[in-house]
Amino acid sequence: MASTHVNPTRMELTRLKKKLVTAKRGHKLLKDKRDELMRRFLELVKENMELRKNVEKGLEEANKNFVLAKAIMREETLNTALLAPLQSISVNVKTNNVMSVEIPSFDYKTRTPDENGMYSYGFAFTSSDLDYAVKSLSDIFPQMLKLAEVEKSCQLMAAEIEKTRRRVNALEHVMIPETEESIKYITMKLDENERSTQVRLMKVKDMMIKEAIEAKRSVSQ
Amino acid sequence: MSKGIAVIGDRDSIYGFASIGFNIFPVSNTEDGIKTFKNLCKGEYAVIYVTEAFAAEIEEEIEKVSENLYPAIILIPGVYGNTGKGVLSVRKSVEKAVGSDILFSGGTQD
Repeated sequence: MASTHVNPTRMELTRLKKKLVTAKRGHKLLKDKRDELMRRFLELVKENMELRKNVEKGLEEANKNFVLAKAIMREETLNTALLAPLQSISVNVKTNNVMSVEIPSFDYKTRTPDENGMYSYGFAFTSSDLDYAVKSLSDIFPQMLKLAEVEKSCQLMAAEIEKTRRRVNALEHVMIPETEESIKYITMKLDENERSTQVRLMKVKDMMIKEAIEAKRSVSQ
Repeated sequence: MSKGIAVIGDRDSIYGFASIGFNIFPVSNTEDGIKTFKNLCKGEYAVIYVTEAFAAEIEEEIEKVSENLYPAIILIPGVYGNTGKGVLSVRKSVEKAVGSDILFSGGTQD
């Protein structure tokens, strides 16, 4: 145990007592942090799962349409149609702070506000399947971005929760018991010293009294 | 900060994303793919969508950048079907946080 490594002195005892108070307070705070993070995480992860299901379904649909388009059109026509995209998207990134975890929040801006801006081709040489495909993609896009935001937040929070949980456990099961053990050891040791001093003093007193009595007796004889 | 969105994966799965303004990066082999992916992670992009099939090949690289705030690496199903890897990554983060998969273990997945 750690108690064998400490100096049984009063100074050490004071130090350890202070340390114990800090550890207990830290433990309480971290525990609160973990609980709150967990609550938010569970809310977020449910949303995450829901979004993911939607997005995956939407993408599957879009992919189907793209495969159809590709089957009907010549590869070169398709490539040409999508060669020069009209639309471009810039994402504005902000960070929010949740219980000291930085989580991202995305805000997107499209270059053309026109909602038909994603059709970068004339309709003459392309099949209508391509239009459907592009439409289905652009429909699912806001959800995709939301998913990115939520899923990244979930990942970051999961990592933070794991860290916090480890700290809480380390404090609860290692740090605090060890400090308590050390304090107990020092108190015992100090008490023991006290007792031995007491006994020694009593013994010395006894001896002195005995000597005094004998000295008196020899004088009176 | 204004950043872009990138999509990386096999060509057939991602070429459509160009139409809605994503930047697409088709990969044909893993080696080039890793190089491209590393370049994308340098901060120009806020979100990188990776097809599940390609993500399986570069798992290590994804793991490396997962601690950073950006970019967010999000798995999407490719044209060859849904491998369930995306859902798995959500469950993994639950497992990491809670210690066991308590939320979705009861067949709520489908």
